[in-house]
Amino acid sequence: MDKYLFYPGCSMESNAKAYSESLLAVCEPLGLKLEEINDWNCCGATEYLGVSLTPAYALIARNLALAYNQSNGTQTIVAPCSACYLNLAKCDYYMQERPELGVNVNDALAAGGLHYDAGSLSIRHFLDVLVNDVGLETLKSKVVRPLKGVRVAPYLGCMVPRPDYDHRWSNPEYPNELDRVLKVIGAEVIDFPLKTHCCGGHMTQIGPQTAYELIYRLISAADQYHADVMATLCPMCQMNIDAYQGETNRHKGSDIQMPIVFFTQLVGLALGLDPKDLGFGREFISTKRVLDRIGLEMPEPVEVAPVTKPRKKQEGLPMPRMPREAGDEEVNP
Amino acid sequence: MYTVPYISTPDPTNPNLRFLEEVSLRTAGVSRLEMCIQCGTCGGSCPSADDMDHTPRMLFAMIRAGYREQALKSNTPWICVSCYHCVVRCPQGVHIADVMYTLKSMAIAANADVESTAPDFAQTFVDMVEAYGRSYEFGLATRYYLKHQKKRLPGMAPMGLGMLSKERMSMRPRKIKGIDQLHKILGRAKELER
Repeated sequence: MDKYLFYPGCSMESNAKAYSESLLAVCEPLGLKLEEINDWNCCGATEYLGVSLTPAYALIARNLALAYNQSNGTQTIVAPCSACYLNLAKCDYYMQERPELGVNVNDALAAGGLHYDAGSLSIRHFLDVLVNDVGLETLKSKVVRPLKGVRVAPYLGCMVPRPDYDHRWSNPEYPNELDRVLKVIGAEVIDFPLKTHCCGGHMTQIGPQTAYELIYRLISAADQYHADVMATLCPMCQMNIDAYQGETNRHKGSDIQMPIVFFTQLVGLALGLDPKDLGFGREFISTKRVLDRIGLEMPEPVEVAPVTKPRKKQEGLPMPRMPREAGDEEVNP
Repeated sequence: MYTVPYISTPDPTNPNLRFLEEVSLRTAGVSRLEMCIQCGTCGGSCPSADDMDHTPRMLFAMIRAGYREQALKSNTPWICVSCYHCVVRCPQGVHIADVMYTLKSMAIAANADVESTAPDFAQTFVDMVEAYGRSYEFGLATRYYLKHQKKRLPGMAPMGLGMLSKERMSMRPRKIKGIDQLHKILGRAKELER
């Protein structure tokens, strides 16, 4: 079994739960062992870098230092989220390119009893590991439920193939790794021209008009190519295209229903896993038509009522009651 | 792999440090901003250039001309979506996205009058990360929307509820165990930043 250090990132615990569920589910059949970095912290996404330099890099580097201390037998970190992957790689790279940055970051880390020598770890994306370590031949041999007839638009978004500090990808603007994985699992892969175009990133929050235009471009193109589904590898892309599709349609006066899932969910289906264990049902735009094509039942959509807890103290404010109904005593005698 | 930079970094002790050099110096890695040939590939590649006050090329010309105030007031860095299209296409290898981050942080430090709620969004995100060690979307979204986009709240409510009921967002933050350690690290890093 190949062992890797695993940096999940905050999204995997929240908006990209389906990614987390499906990724962990496919690891076992693929012979991958992921060991989570203990007590990792947020990578700062694209926000911290724009607030202040040294703290942003120190924040990222704490993860690298923790990972290095934990690395018994492996020097590779796997990150599934695009922003996390980029930030970890960026920190490692710039600490080498600008030694002053490395010195400052280590000065800050020392305040917490940590240290990291830039270049001691290799930071890779899960797709890279799947294509280059597991290998497409192995993946092919494990496929038990080919996704015959499912038309998929591969969509990587920006931050995995670009800027590609380690030269791991076939092309920064038109990489073929995701296409190859989807082909191997039997899907009908669309040569999707917008595969590394932007989903709007955080603009869905701070400049929605900018974001809606970008989202519309992606979903309308996928729709024109008659895609059944888009497959992505980025939590932010998935959330923008899935959760904001309704808003985008309202803004543009359109009515596109383009489901988007994580590529690991499709890989999981092909490996014969249950859609329920792969996070299907957590999406806003239903993936029923995808599962229909391969003759699978759509699991019940996840709808969990918010949890309410009983109050801690039973005394406190009295409950108003109708005196008659209460029967025994008068309220406010 | 890692390539050796071919431009020397400016001397920070130089009293006549120009704005261009200051931006370059505050950028992670070697910015190569001095190498810009004003070809405009960046603006032409930008998915959000339409909404920018200045295209990246114009902004870089302003920086070079020493237009400090105008450059820091520009909304351009705040509209940048960090897609890195310009970065991989730039014939001079300028770290454009990182220069944008630098300009954002300089605008915040200078308290520049930027017509955007993005600085506050970034600061709120950072506050949440500093408090818990992890991002806290529910806190971020509620605080930011209540402050800046109240009118958008009713329209966003179904989506927010969906995120909660699909267990894609938690109302409670998650805190890391080593939060004190993180505070020490960030505290020291902030001292070094000054």
